[in-house]
Amino acid sequence: MADAPKPRVKAPKNAKKGDVVEIKTLISHKMETGLRKDKEGNKIPRNIINKFIVKFDGAEVFSVDIDPAISANPYFQFSMKAEKSGEFEFIWKDDKGETYTKKSKLTVN
Amino acid sequence: MKSYTRRETIAFGVAVGAVTLLSPALAFAKADDAQALIAKFTGGKTPVEGKVTLNMPEIAENGNTVPMSISVESPMSKDSYVKRVIVVAEGNPRPEVATFNFTPASGVAEASTRMRMAKTQNIIAVAEMSDGTYHMAKREVKVTIGGCGG
Repeated sequence: MADAPKPRVKAPKNAKKGDVVEIKTLISHKMETGLRKDKEGNKIPRNIINKFIVKFDGAEVFSVDIDPAISANPYFQFSMKAEKSGEFEFIWKDDKGETYTKKSKLTVN
Repeated sequence: MKSYTRRETIAFGVAVGAVTLLSPALAFAKADDAQALIAKFTGGKTPVEGKVTLNMPEIAENGNTVPMSISVESPMSKDSYVKRVIVVAEGNPRPEVATFNFTPASGVAEASTRMRMAKTQNIIAVAEMSDGTYHMAKREVKVTIGGCGG
């Protein structure tokens, strides 16, 4: 039974202005490439997370266009410059048009 | 022991010949696909080696999940930053792996992920800078157990 993709984020809650903070994200997803065949020899259709977007206070700051060569349970680690306090929104989109999101607040002093 | 007619023997020989002629073409087609993808990304400009670091293990034990990280030297200021980085696999069934889109808010142009590799091959990362220049890095990663499913 496939569970709904679960997103997980590791992001700092506090930072000094000007610091570059590291963010890690993970979402559980099979990332079916479309190249595999089932026991009867039929092609298993492609179904992947194809886009990952990071917004800060509504503005897009980082994103990844994802192809089937990214491993199952896509993991992304990236950086953000802490300029002001606000809220991150992490968005994952899959081939079926489903969207998964997670939010994280950052306080900058 | 079946004995083949002359017709069958000749047909077999033609088939073997055709496959032999096709195989090197298929192998080159993959590297060509990767180059075509890069050319599309750069609008035909040739990327210069340097500024880009592609971090990957020398030997990947499991082709299903190979750590991959890219890092590009850049001030990441509004006037000079990395716009995007494409990662391409020369020997996978399809060359495209991912495109990372950065903004000055990224602070540093770095990203890490895990990718699938079907077999030992070259992986190439090409960065597009805000000034319209392109830089690249390439490395060979050996794979002991390929990971493209099925």
